[in-house]
Amino acid sequence: MQPAIQLRGVTKRFLTPSGGIYTALHDLDLTVAPGEFCAVVGPTGCGKSTTLALISGLEPPSEGEVEVFGKPVDGIAQGIGYVFQADAVFPWKTVLENVAAGPRYLGRTGKQARERARDWISRVGLAGFEDRYPYQLSGGMRKRVALAQSLINEPRILLMDEPFSALDVQTRSLMENELLGLWSSSAASVVFVTHDLEEAISLSDRVYVITAGPGTVKSSYQVDLPRPRNVAEIRFQPRFAEIYEEIWNDLRDEVLVSYERQKRSGAA
Amino acid sequence: MAATTGPAVRPVTDLAAKRARDARRRRWTVNVLRVLFAVVWLGSWELTTRLGWVDKFFFSQPSEIVLRLWVWITEGTALGPLWEQVLVTMEETVLGFILGSVLGILVGVALGRIRLLSDVLSPYIKAANSIPRVVLGALFAISLGLDLRSKVATAAILVFFVVFFNAFQGVREVDRNLVANARILGADNRRLTTEILIPSALSWILASLHTSFGLALVGAVVGELFGATAGVGELIYSAEHLFDAAGVFAGMLLLAAIALIAEYLITALENRLIRWRPPVATETRI
Repeated sequence: MQPAIQLRGVTKRFLTPSGGIYTALHDLDLTVAPGEFCAVVGPTGCGKSTTLALISGLEPPSEGEVEVFGKPVDGIAQGIGYVFQADAVFPWKTVLENVAAGPRYLGRTGKQARERARDWISRVGLAGFEDRYPYQLSGGMRKRVALAQSLINEPRILLMDEPFSALDVQTRSLMENELLGLWSSSAASVVFVTHDLEEAISLSDRVYVITAGPGTVKSSYQVDLPRPRNVAEIRFQPRFAEIYEEIWNDLRDEVLVSYERQKRSGAA
Repeated sequence: MAATTGPAVRPVTDLAAKRARDARRRRWTVNVLRVLFAVVWLGSWELTTRLGWVDKFFFSQPSEIVLRLWVWITEGTALGPLWEQVLVTMEETVLGFILGSVLGILVGVALGRIRLLSDVLSPYIKAANSIPRVVLGALFAISLGLDLRSKVATAAILVFFVVFFNAFQGVREVDRNLVANARILGADNRRLTTEILIPSALSWILASLHTSFGLALVGAVVGELFGATAGVGELIYSAEHLFDAAGVFAGMLLLAAIALIAEYLITALENRLIRWRPPVATETRI
């Protein structure tokens, strides 16, 4: 079977403003199967977000190959959804206009786009808020808008960059459950970047652990918890604790390395 | 909080009503002080010139200025009816303002979008910005003649640079996440410009319109000083030639009135165009 996403020997370097070279990713290999929910965990600054930028085509790799459904990524391809860490809904558009933006950009008429948008707005539980501007919504509601905005284009690949990290704990587990519900009725592959191991295990089929930067894959784990899952309760299962302990042993070292580095650069 | 107070019954006051009362009282105080300021300022001006402590010939006096305005309104000015002079200056200002703003936004957005263009042109723009541009009024008076066009051009060139820099900056400072999001959603370059970059730059541009309308007025009046047959600037200029200080002040008063009306209109436009921004909770504007 052809993988949905394949990264082979990918290295990404950035030019820093002072003229130096910063290596974000080094020789990274990663594979995501069609329909797979895959989580990427690692300490802060290990290049997790860069991985998503490469898959989406927002950034080209410095070395190595990035393939989506067997085709090398060259610029932004269609069929990809991206939920950003920061708020990326358009503040000057209403909820309806925000969600309708995708279909309109892809050539649908305004009327068709708005009809589809209404459907998606009710699917993420925002019916009645169509005419609000983002500043009139709570953080959780803005995330729902962002989800609807991405999912309305029916992406085959959904990239999520710590989408829920700014939400409070209760809203967060609600949103996680809702995401799983929406995902299960689609055929999309998901790459979900997070620094929260609990979140990674409760959502995904597979967890990749990335090393402290420059990031490369340290290990990958199959999560064999049954679906459908209830994110709020799954963490009480003994199997969850076993998996958590196993992955945490790997992740801990990387977190410590990253922490030591931050301390040192802070002291210097 | 409640647990720390001793007695079980606490006198309850309606705090919302108290706040509203305080706010009303404060607004009232501000208004009274404003009027008081005008009275003290104009009163001392009138008094010192009447007593001869300050020379009325150079500084005129409020009663004379009001009288001059009244005469202008009822009997017309040396150049013709007053409303005609005001209309001429308004026309020059508004046309210059529109022309300068449109060009400023177009060029600002273009340079903000096209890196090469802005890199090539930046030293020239910096140089052009550093010269005092009102002197261009003299050039326009020569090349475009003494009619409307030279004033519009002078006003437009002053407006252009302010709006241009703000539009340019606004496009450059756009949130990269929003651009990335739009591109992922499938926006092409045209859509990116019209739906993301321009709306995002709009708050910068609108902020610049407040200052630039004042500059358009400066341009129109300066243009009239370089040579004209009508307009408030020309009115001031001819009053100056007659050593008529009251006439100069009366002209200034007219210009202030024009600027205030325009400021009000621009604020209304701003509120319509950026409805999506959260309303500011406290009054910060003067």
